[in-house]
Amino acid sequence: MTAMARHVLPGFRLSTGYTMLVLSSCVLLPLAALLWTACELGPAGWWAQIGTRRVLASLKLSFGAALLAATIDAVLGLLVAWVLVRYRFAFRRLCDALVDLPFALPTAVAGISLTALYAPNGWLGSRLAPLGIEVAYTRLGVLLAMIFVGLPFVVRTLQPVLESMESDLEEAAYTLGASPGQRFFRVLLPLLLPTLLTGYALALARAIGEYGSVIFISGNRLFRTEITPYLIVQKIDSQYDYRGAAALGAVMLAASLLLLVAMAWLQRWTRRWAVVR
Amino acid sequence: MATALDPALGGGALMAAVASVVSIGQPAWSVRIARVVLLLAALAVLAWLLVLPLLAIFAEAFRQGYAFYLDAIKQPDTIAAVRLTFTVAAIAVPLNLVFGLAAAWSMTHFEFRGKALLGALIDLPFSISPVVAGMMLILVYGKDGWLGSWLEAHGLQVIFALPGLVLATVLVTLPFVARELIPLMQAQGSEQEEAALTLGASGWQIFFRVTLPRVRWALLYGVLLCNARAMGEFGAVYVVSGHLRGITNTLPLQVDQLYQENFSAAFAAASLLALLTLVTLGIKRVVEWRHGDALNTHL
Repeated sequence: MTAMARHVLPGFRLSTGYTMLVLSSCVLLPLAALLWTACELGPAGWWAQIGTRRVLASLKLSFGAALLAATIDAVLGLLVAWVLVRYRFAFRRLCDALVDLPFALPTAVAGISLTALYAPNGWLGSRLAPLGIEVAYTRLGVLLAMIFVGLPFVVRTLQPVLESMESDLEEAAYTLGASPGQRFFRVLLPLLLPTLLTGYALALARAIGEYGSVIFISGNRLFRTEITPYLIVQKIDSQYDYRGAAALGAVMLAASLLLLVAMAWLQRWTRRWAVVR
Repeated sequence: MATALDPALGGGALMAAVASVVSIGQPAWSVRIARVVLLLAALAVLAWLLVLPLLAIFAEAFRQGYAFYLDAIKQPDTIAAVRLTFTVAAIAVPLNLVFGLAAAWSMTHFEFRGKALLGALIDLPFSISPVVAGMMLILVYGKDGWLGSWLEAHGLQVIFALPGLVLATVLVTLPFVARELIPLMQAQGSEQEEAALTLGASGWQIFFRVTLPRVRWALLYGVLLCNARAMGEFGAVYVVSGHLRGITNTLPLQVDQLYQENFSAAFAAASLLALLTLVTLGIKRVVEWRHGDALNTHL
């Protein structure tokens, strides 16, 4: 009750109560149901669901492709954010607005569009085929879709930090005779690293759980291009196997929570940097 | 297509962009070349990853001609899907608007135990896979779920029906409004609200006359993004809808089903969603330009 003394403004019970009500019915209760169902299986039952060749292949693809996609996003995102913040050029604002596209474009629409582009008879697919590069219905396609959905996370996380970062540090390094490479790797990158990692983690979380953009271009070939969310949907949709789905869902959830913890830690790290500066 | 890839037009824009970068200051040639290379690389990434897929949607939608396009979007099932999508958004978005306001009011005006946990829970839906989110709802509200028999006894069907679609949409879009409001209201502090209180204003008067006007642009911004996601959500809705044609198919689900049967019709339906995206991004930009200060929380 000591805390109540600080509640000067009215509406504590109403606002907190409503927030808790919605959170309980939409998030907490479903979360508890998932954990309960997964725990009911027991370790042996859980492994029986996870340890099959099909599921293991999907986990390997989901996490492997997501890690790779987030890494590529970090590089491309840094490039795009850098150019958008530091350079002034025609159509800069249009380019800036465009970055939000993967956020706002429905995932299924992005999925069929990427597939149409990279299918063997598509605009890009037909040009890549003679080079021996197949994108649609391969793991490369999964990777591409994941890169697409993750890019804005890196750019939008980096932009405000790049904007607030004054160029005096780089100029100081320049006057001390640092080469462009040294200025980038020794001065800029260490300062940007926590933010870049936050963007990386956000892109990674999105890529791991992504469904709509991936399933069209992946083609869902057994053992080869099935992602874990696709298997979850299969278990629910055609087999009504909710326990199996929950076992897989628990793995995905654990990965999400781990990433959340990592991001909270990164944020503390970023704040410490801010104090130092 | 012809205009977008017209070499004269594209080339002209590119030349202008390159020229404007080169002309900044008069640094050494090597630096200027590096700038141009970086700029071209970034533009290439944007064109390849973002512009091409966007153009492909409209190109595929109109591939079989304008008449076919109109026919495709006038299909009764597609119209039913559009109607359902609007219905779901019309229920889910206001729910999230009220949730965002309540959560922000609670998180920014009071200190209480478990506040950090509450904040983490609000953010959680962003990191959960939409498919897992939909599955969690089935485990609670489905026929064999925790509340399944109770709901059935009361004649309420949630999963494979409108309430399930709304629940799934609310779940995946839960953080949008709250996330926009909480940092802003935190930065603004409680002083003005407290001043209003000492002047004798009631709780609702404070909310409608002091708080709401100060956060209205951030609120609009959050609602806009929430709406775009609500209308475009696929994974979570896919799991809970049962995708019955003309009944529980939202527009993204209809796109998925059409894609198996008729490529161009699928893209015609998809182009409606792409248009919604472009309109959303357009309004978002206008809000950012005109009212950037009212959104800015990086103080």
